[in-house]
Amino acid sequence: MFVPCERGGGSASSDFKGFTLLMPAVSVGNVGQLAIDLVISTLNMTKVGYFYTDCLVPMVGNNPYATAEENSVELSINAEVYSLPSKKLVVLQIRSPFIKNKYRPFCQTLLSWVKSSKCARVIVLSSSHAYQRDDEQLLGTPLRYLLTPDLEKAVGGLMQELNWKEMEKVAAYPGINDTEKILHIPGGGITKLLFTESCSKGIQMAVVLKFCSEGDNIPDAFALVNYLNEWLQLIKSEVNTSSQWKIPSSWRLLFGNGLPPALF
Amino acid sequence: REIDILWTLRSGATTAESPADEPFVCSKFIVAIGRNAAAFLSSFILDSVCWEVVGVVKLWNEWCRTSSTTNVLPTDSFCLFYRLISDPTVLLCQCSCYVAEDQQFQWLEKVFGCMRKEGLQVTILSTCPVADYKTQESTLTLPSPFLKALKTKEFKEQVCCPLLEQPNIVRDLPAAVLSYCQVWQIPAVLYQCYTDVIKLDTVTIEAFKPLLASKILKSLVKDVSESTKILKKLLTANETHNNIYI
Repeated sequence: MFVPCERGGGSASSDFKGFTLLMPAVSVGNVGQLAIDLVISTLNMTKVGYFYTDCLVPMVGNNPYATAEENSVELSINAEVYSLPSKKLVVLQIRSPFIKNKYRPFCQTLLSWVKSSKCARVIVLSSSHAYQRDDEQLLGTPLRYLLTPDLEKAVGGLMQELNWKEMEKVAAYPGINDTEKILHIPGGGITKLLFTESCSKGIQMAVVLKFCSEGDNIPDAFALVNYLNEWLQLIKSEVNTSSQWKIPSSWRLLFGNGLPPALF
Repeated sequence: REIDILWTLRSGATTAESPADEPFVCSKFIVAIGRNAAAFLSSFILDSVCWEVVGVVKLWNEWCRTSSTTNVLPTDSFCLFYRLISDPTVLLCQCSCYVAEDQQFQWLEKVFGCMRKEGLQVTILSTCPVADYKTQESTLTLPSPFLKALKTKEFKEQVCCPLLEQPNIVRDLPAAVLSYCQVWQIPAVLYQCYTDVIKLDTVTIEAFKPLLASKILKSLVKDVSESTKILKKLLTANETHNNIYI
């Protein structure tokens, strides 16, 4: 459930009517979550609340977007909500994996919050296993999108203009029967579940994903966030857009500590 | 995977926790998670004269099983609640068993569900391996054990050690309790001791000593000579298990 940071004092900070909700799926390489970190850090978004749930593994730490001594002391938990009213953007960041058997309850809680807070649309940033691509997908761009029927009506044309590629459906029974096609997002975590639930509930949802593998996923996060920027225009896209995104201070030491000098 | 909490809050009668009961008033809640943190409280705070057992947690998971006995050894797995007789709003919890990730939320709701949160202040003590500590230098050269703290927005008092720097995080039950306090605006502080010893160890236990000067624990500290006696006893209790190669 959504718990605002400021209690009382009006619901100004938790009024998301007409906003775009941006959220990650906990997926291969954590690319969606890294991309969201870049968005929150670059746009200097304000934390407006917590998503209090029993579906995610608990975790706490000090402010991952700290820029100075003063703002480094704020505690952060595993699921938090940030907003930027000037761009009508609200972002949910998820920082830990799901607890077993809690995928479905989380999706249900999330989607009912989306409906009750009257968000205009939801965009899920995700990723999928690169090794599952077929011959055609190996060529060309590794970025894909998906739109629920309700959102298709609104922005389908824009996708054509941007020359984006829709996520291909795969055969339900490969090798046996190639006619029946289904949506398959291996390594995407709750992406497919969220998408199919949104389709049936009439929620306007888009999925933006990248094919990748586990490893140093920072370049993947940049690629995904630049891709998203082509559509949402969150920051001014100049020639070298990579340098426009601000890396948060918590990305230090992603690959471990310094080495003991005695090793050499 | 259900957790059961058996409370003996009202004059000896054991009652399973029931939501219909009056939530009791709590001003200070001190939680020690892990054997060393629990042993610290046993050595420096708890005794059978000033404190009474008011609750015991029964749980089972792949790592441990607790029972409903209150007569425990420091090396056992248990989760007990104590109340200060002279001030029944002071509650203490020693949790030396591992609470699995699917049980942490249950633990939180069942424990905090029984108490009134107005005027509540929470202190959490826990330990974790120094190898988990992320820093520019190698952890080999760090002088461990050392203490780091995390506090919620509402906690305004002094902390007894430096705050935990980014990008370090805290997991498991200590994280669950602190998250709960942050979300529901309860002043709380977590003291995490980074140590390179896995078992019960007096050096690690003594690393928590700066906390005895803090506002919350100052009034609860017992006689120093008592503490040294208990620490020595802990050491010998441990040693019998270490004779395996003799």
